[in-house]
Amino acid sequence: MATKTSNSTESQFVKAEINQKLSSEEKVEFLRTMLRIRRFEQESLRHYQGDKMGGFLHLYIGQESVAVGTIALLGENDHVITAYRDHGHALTVGMGMNECMAELFGKATGCSKGKGGSMHYFAPDKNYWGGHGIVGGQTPLGAGLAFGLKYKGLKGCCLCYLGDGAINQGAFHESLNLAELWDLPVIYIIENNGYSMGTSQVRSSAHPPEGLAARAIGYGMEWDIINGEDLYEIRAKTKIAVDRAHEESRPTILEIATYRYEGHSVADANAKKYRTKEEIQKYKTEHDPIQIWKTTLLAEGVITEDDFKALNKEAGDEAKEAAKFADESPFPESSSIMDDVYWEVDENTESGRTGRHFFSD
Amino acid sequence: MPRSITYRQALNEGLDEELAHDDNVVIIGEEVAEYNGAYKVTEGLWNKWGDKRVIDAPISEAGFIGMGIGASMLGVRPVMELMFFSFAYVAFDQMMNNAATVRYMSGGLIHVPIVVRGPANGGTNVGATHSHTPENIFANMPGLKVVSPATAYDAKGLIKTAIRDNDPVYFMESTVLYGQEWEVPENDEIDGGELLIPLGVADVKREGSDLSLIAHGGSVITALKAADHLASEHGIEADVIDLRSIRPLDETTILDSVKKTNRAVYVEENKPFCGVGAQIASMIQEKAFDYLDAPVVRVTSMDSPAIYSPPLEEIQIPYPELVVNKALSIC
Ligand SMILES: Cc1ncc(C[n+]2csc(CCOP(=O)(O)OP(=O)(O)O)c2C)c(N)n1
Ligand SMILES: [Mg+2]
Repeated sequence: MATKTSNSTESQFVKAEINQKLSSEEKVEFLRTMLRIRRFEQESLRHYQGDKMGGFLHLYIGQESVAVGTIALLGENDHVITAYRDHGHALTVGMGMNECMAELFGKATGCSKGKGGSMHYFAPDKNYWGGHGIVGGQTPLGAGLAFGLKYKGLKGCCLCYLGDGAINQGAFHESLNLAELWDLPVIYIIENNGYSMGTSQVRSSAHPPEGLAARAIGYGMEWDIINGEDLYEIRAKTKIAVDRAHEESRPTILEIATYRYEGHSVADANAKKYRTKEEIQKYKTEHDPIQIWKTTLLAEGVITEDDFKALNKEAGDEAKEAAKFADESPFPESSSIMDDVYWEVDENTESGRTGRHFFSD
Repeated sequence: MPRSITYRQALNEGLDEELAHDDNVVIIGEEVAEYNGAYKVTEGLWNKWGDKRVIDAPISEAGFIGMGIGASMLGVRPVMELMFFSFAYVAFDQMMNNAATVRYMSGGLIHVPIVVRGPANGGTNVGATHSHTPENIFANMPGLKVVSPATAYDAKGLIKTAIRDNDPVYFMESTVLYGQEWEVPENDEIDGGELLIPLGVADVKREGSDLSLIAHGGSVITALKAADHLASEHGIEADVIDLRSIRPLDETTILDSVKKTNRAVYVEENKPFCGVGAQIASMIQEKAFDYLDAPVVRVTSMDSPAIYSPPLEEIQIPYPELVVNKALSIC
């Protein structure tokens, strides 16, 4: 949850070197990406309600600044892995709306050929390793990606995202210990949206008064807390962690205060019960990351109202096109059910041809 | 004169050769480096290969196995030791949800070339928490491969192949077998210069025409002892078929044997309910029904958690006499 209020006063982090270097085009790009995430998800929600997809749909609406602010700092050897609320990160790393939407529709043209669904997007060619459905289950993998970079002598890092509820999983604590013990260049980013499903953060986590990230103290690890509605702050503080990973091969925990507007999943029967309408409304009007960034860019003279409208429309049109693409795409062939289980079988290697691998007829 | 080495040494040689064969191979586990391995399987490897290639992990199976899975997605080839395979259960989520399904859920974009190895056997009086034999559990999961060698020769040839395989392989050994010796040729005595045994190829460990004793892991040795007894005392000659790899499975060798002998007994340390033998029995009745002169029967552990009391544990898991009696019941 955002703790600081200020959509009018200028961010103190605008002066950070990493922000001073920003061109107008880059600033507009952040706005464009946040709008694309939001319009993509609003479009997907319409089709979920129109029965075009099954299962869960965990929307990122309200949290867009976190993915956009952090991932924009990454370079060639930097990697990203997250949990099931993964559409925002996917679009930010450069996955296309078409393949992402088609995956939701369960189509052969989806990013995982319809085999993963909403919670399981992957794009290794964009250093994006999922999309993981087990709360906290991705956190050792994040340490492993960092281990892999270090093992291969590459200067890079892994941003591993998790929720405020996920911090209570044992695997996360094991990962923290390994990361600090072995100096792994991994940055754990806790997206603290205040709730894990219907359980408010105060009801789920014991932690030092400074915040959830301060649990890092127990591991002797660096940490910081970030106001997620301020893109300049996200960038300034995340950059410090990325530099630490790159230059010293050391891990960090960052906690970014944010908020989700929709239910935990679209299929969340209690979406409006565990928090008040007023609370949700307050975030939408006072802390919305897109509105705040828009206000900043208007004040800086980087964009006009008309520019904003155009960007918004472009994003909306792209999302509609993606839905059309997804809708018109074919479902996977039934024979594809048995593909992509074993590498050796798919590649038709000697090993893949030896012995029986599958036991259904 | 062919040399004999222990099952432990055979594994050690296999690991050493694979460390030499591929820079991406890295051994990770509790006590594998400075302590030389809880069961000394990795003895000397840290001395030879150093901190980068042989890594002592904290007692954190979910953490380091999950980490190995993540690293393997970038092309590292971690070989991770479980001090006992029983401890897989604290890493179960990583081993089942992540290692087994990431390839599928990514539509084939990712693969996970890891090996998780360690002993999975009873019979050493260490109680229920240290005596699990989960080969049936892991073999149930598509995306995983399960291997269980019975001899030093197989252990060496199979561990090398498992490490070169590009899918996750769970490699189940036996503390009872670690100290036993078998003939294992030197590399210069082998065509191609090294011992590589493919996964998915069973081995006929003994030939006979009256009965098929089919087994995996340490139970192969039990079956061989039973076969000797059946021959000397009852004039019954048994085939002993060692699966070596449970998934992928060599059905042809099993079926060829059963079609010849018309009788089959499966021997394993697994519990009976949905054990490996249940799968094999189902397969035999489906594919060789007309060849059977008797029902397919199974010798398994007794259906209770592993007991501590030494004389009782001896009779809780399969022993030769039990196999003999089961065999006689269908011969
Ligand atoms: C191991 C496990 N337990 C429970 C769940 C069900 N579940 C999915 S998301 C979730 C809440 C997680 O909240 P948080 O970590 O704060 O992430 P957020 O949903 O807020 O992004 C729960 C309980 C699960 N997927 N995996
Ligand atoms: Mg949350």
